[in-house]
Amino acid sequence: MYKYLVKRILLMIPTVIGAGIIIFGLLRLVPGDICELRIGGAGLFVDKEQVELCQKELGLDKNIALQFVDFAVGFVTLDFGKSGWTGKPVMHEIGLRFELSLQIALMATLTAVIIALPLGTISAIRQNTLIDYVVRIFSYAGIAMPSFWLGIMIILGLLIITQKLFGSPWMMPVSYTPIWVDPAVNLSQTIWPAIATGYRYSAVVTRMTRSAMLEVLREDYVRTARAKGLFEKVIINQHALKNAMLPVVTLVGIEFAFLMGGLVVTEQVFNLNGLGRLLVEAVLNHDFTLTQTIVMLAALIYVVMNLIVDLVYAWLDPRIRYA
Amino acid sequence: MTVQDAHPQVLDDLGRQKTWTDVLFDLVRSQPLGTAGALLVLAMILSAIFANVIAPYDPEENDFVAMLTAPNIEHWLGTDEFGRDILSRLIYGARTAMLVGFCAALAGSSIGLVMGVASAYFGGVVDMLLQRLVDIWIAIPGIILALAVVAGLGAGTTNVIIAITVPFIPNCARVVRSTALSIREMPYVDAARALGFGHVRIILRHMSPNVMAPYLIMATTFLGQAILAEASLSYLGLGVQEPTPAWGLMLQAGAEEYAESAPWIAIFPGLAITLAVFGFNLLGDALRDVLDPRMRSR
Amino acid sequence: MSFTAIKKMGAAAFGATLALGVSIALAAETPKMGGTLNFVVGSKIPSFDGHLEGTFGMIHPIRPFYSTLIRVNPENPQSTTDFVCDVCSEYSVSDDGLTYTFKIRDDIKFHDGTPLTGADVKATYDKIVFPPEGILSLRKKFFDVVDKIELTDKYTLVFRLKNPFGAFIPAVAMPFNFIYAKKDLDTHGYRWHRENINGTGAFQFVEHQQGAFVSGKRYDGYHHKGKPYLDGFKAIAAPKMAVRLQAIRGDRAAIEFRGFPPKARDDLVAALGDEITVQESDWNCSLLITPNHKIKPFDDVRVRRALTLAIDRWGGSKYLSKIAIVKTVGGVVFPQHPLAATEEELSKIPGYWKDIDKSRAEAKRLLKEAGQENLEFTLLNRAVDQPYRILGTWAIDQWKKVGLKVTQKAVPTGPWVDSLRSKKDYQVAIDANCQSVVNPIVDITKFLGSASNNYAQYKDQKMEDLYAKLSTSNDEAEQRKLIREFEMQALGEGAHLFISLWWYKINPHRSYVKGWKIAPSHYLNQHLDQVWLDK
Repeated sequence: MYKYLVKRILLMIPTVIGAGIIIFGLLRLVPGDICELRIGGAGLFVDKEQVELCQKELGLDKNIALQFVDFAVGFVTLDFGKSGWTGKPVMHEIGLRFELSLQIALMATLTAVIIALPLGTISAIRQNTLIDYVVRIFSYAGIAMPSFWLGIMIILGLLIITQKLFGSPWMMPVSYTPIWVDPAVNLSQTIWPAIATGYRYSAVVTRMTRSAMLEVLREDYVRTARAKGLFEKVIINQHALKNAMLPVVTLVGIEFAFLMGGLVVTEQVFNLNGLGRLLVEAVLNHDFTLTQTIVMLAALIYVVMNLIVDLVYAWLDPRIRYA
Repeated sequence: MTVQDAHPQVLDDLGRQKTWTDVLFDLVRSQPLGTAGALLVLAMILSAIFANVIAPYDPEENDFVAMLTAPNIEHWLGTDEFGRDILSRLIYGARTAMLVGFCAALAGSSIGLVMGVASAYFGGVVDMLLQRLVDIWIAIPGIILALAVVAGLGAGTTNVIIAITVPFIPNCARVVRSTALSIREMPYVDAARALGFGHVRIILRHMSPNVMAPYLIMATTFLGQAILAEASLSYLGLGVQEPTPAWGLMLQAGAEEYAESAPWIAIFPGLAITLAVFGFNLLGDALRDVLDPRMRSR
Repeated sequence: MSFTAIKKMGAAAFGATLALGVSIALAAETPKMGGTLNFVVGSKIPSFDGHLEGTFGMIHPIRPFYSTLIRVNPENPQSTTDFVCDVCSEYSVSDDGLTYTFKIRDDIKFHDGTPLTGADVKATYDKIVFPPEGILSLRKKFFDVVDKIELTDKYTLVFRLKNPFGAFIPAVAMPFNFIYAKKDLDTHGYRWHRENINGTGAFQFVEHQQGAFVSGKRYDGYHHKGKPYLDGFKAIAAPKMAVRLQAIRGDRAAIEFRGFPPKARDDLVAALGDEITVQESDWNCSLLITPNHKIKPFDDVRVRRALTLAIDRWGGSKYLSKIAIVKTVGGVVFPQHPLAATEEELSKIPGYWKDIDKSRAEAKRLLKEAGQENLEFTLLNRAVDQPYRILGTWAIDQWKKVGLKVTQKAVPTGPWVDSLRSKKDYQVAIDANCQSVVNPIVDITKFLGSASNNYAQYKDQKMEDLYAKLSTSNDEAEQRKLIREFEMQALGEGAHLFISLWWYKINPHRSYVKGWKIAPSHYLNQHLDQVWLDK
């Protein structure tokens, strides 16, 4: 077991580095220069020497190979450099947004799981009945709907409905308050993106739960248990559900990893100062150091989640442990 | 069983060969949702192909006198801020959606197919390296990859297709690889090797046709995802360009601004996207149910 | 602007500064003290150094912390000639127009307690006009005319110019010229102000959460006594326009200082009635259609002229002003400025003829003559809706009417800037010309082929000569005549750069926000010391 763990952790390193290298190369193909952007504004005079000065400050005038060496050295010494746009350390920029992204990701996951597990199970048990079809349509709609469209409808809906009911339109806060400072205000802002994202997420998990349950319900040991006459409920809870959870857990883990940096559009709609928005701006501003680090962070989270999921697997299914 | 006739014979209860219509009815009966999906998809495809016949107006023509009119006799779904007919833009938008969807899904799954099969076939170091590459590739959030590609190549339909294709490849490669691993040891592959066929030929002509099931399932999943991805990229302003009609693009500009005074601008494209993705997903699921041998033994 | 005018202004500035206090006391409404102003800002803050940055994303949250030497009159920001003192008490210009003398107030302290003297203002302008090696100063070019900056006594600062220059005072009034403390520059160096704030403005810096907000609180030692009225402000970051709009609607923010498109204003008014006040004004920004003179067939003046003749500006203005932040048809000079062309003068310029059919027929004829009737090309544009993409879509439709097939390529700001400025690989592009203080003599330099912010790649000697005469003229009638010739050459005869439409600023805000008057630029009048909340 330990050997397995160690091997997995060691494998994580080249994966994260590989992601960084891919992004390093990809970004430098993008035309446009952060210095021109900062200095240019809209139509103002641009002194060539000013731009060159800026580039020198950021180390962009060096040869690409040298830039890569800088990047590699920085990575090893855990100095991820400064953001090209603001000049502040990259870790500082990320740290500010990490908390918000984490909270939304957790809440969305919670919402999704609370909705999906019961729905998926019922749908599987009552396969091909009306309930099954209703649940399936509900989850297909969730997967098919553009989540930002849902977000826009939610915000607009709230504004219009509250105006009709209470006379003045209500909008969720546009500025983030951490949960320990003022939980009520915090939740009034974060619940909506959690729902918008959670619905889509729950749709995916519902489908997976349903198909996993369907498979498991056909397994020999379930038939045996039924033949033995054990109560249906007991069978489901103890045997079927536990084994059906394997693929579901994988999915939840991977989707969660995605939520930690992939919520680009949702953050735009709800004005959340999260990692997704930071990443979009970094890419569009050609802020290499920032983009590289965030991508590597996203890759790291993904790989760590994979590891956690595998460990949970091993715990859930003894057969894997002793393989 | 030779490589050529790989599909099983379909017989009815009396042992007679079923006709096409019989097979079709079977499918419809066993897969009502899938059929609904197939019909939706068919409607979209027809819409795309015959757009210039069906659409009542030129989707790009500005008509400022008629700007922002609600759905009425002349404009069934209303007009946008340039006075362009929304119904026509939706119909032509199907063209863009189908184009982007099919190209990205096909390209992504095909490249992924070759990668996955090659990885399984060669095994050893090649397999390990390709696997690492796929791992790294998957670890980067798809939208970020697409963003970087679009930011690099510029916006525009072709570049959007490329950008959306990139995140699909590793997903397909991974799925295909697991199926390919199981057929690698099949006798006909050995036979082909013994006969001296080259690697490329074996991969493309012998192994690939037999991983069709996961390939098709992935392809239909990608179709729906590609349409959503295009919508997201357009929402960020990096997708297909004005004045080309495209559903995602229609949701971007006017939609939010006029969401209250002219809600039809936002509602109809959103519905179109939802229905299209719906259709593809239903179809894909039905395909999986039909093609997956384990599910067949019900 | 002539020098008699400037001299009058200098004296008037002194008077105006007094009068301001009086006028407020006499105003119909008495400002109430207290309250925090929440407003939304759509762009990021690159750094806090005003000398270095050019974006409103910095001005809106950071300007309130600083003062400038002189500023646009907050009571009359629409005027293009009314400047009043901020840290000065009065200023004057010599008869030959070469020496400007500013008397600095002796009752000002920085937020950290340091008293302000002429030395601080001199150190600030030394940084702006003569930056040391390696230090960026974005608007250095505006001050090329300055020869020397001298301190004749503790509170008197003198600027000596190389030649008389009507555009000097408006340049000094630019809101980016934050006054820094000499001691800060000496002790901490010239980069310190990028991340640190120590000013003499109405508000003191409290907090900056990157990407989230900037907050400030009232500075009790502010030199304009009795102000600011607000206890503080919070500038909240909100990149999406829809969010900014909804924030005002849901009263999470009271105002947004850049501007909204017309429909947004209509929605707000429809939803909230008189809880919303709308202020509107012409905007010192325009979008320029830029043909690349080095790429065929745009090196042919006939093709270029056809491009501008095809566009119906007068008609387009009517409709575009309903969906985009543009409105006025104008020439090279800001439409409200005394030097701007009248409607009659404008309609003589090709592209501005009132008869659009005649105009388009001429365009088709020119294209045929040049052998380019079926020309197809790509329009490079910036991937921002208001008003870039909308104008692009409209222009393409206009060109369709003379047989040109154009596709739009809208790219994010980075690649757009890159294509325009470095690669210059576009065929026709949309470029912007946005300035702060309305200063036509400097603003129109963008149309000179030799300007560093002109990307169309041409050199028109006639225009260069006209401008050389213009920059040394101090007779208003002569300036007018020269500018008209310059304009005709740029837009019509030489057909180098084409103005589409001038932008139009629409600021709907919560009615309880009082004291803020709209200026013709989103960079101006943002010091917030005169704003109060009627709650």
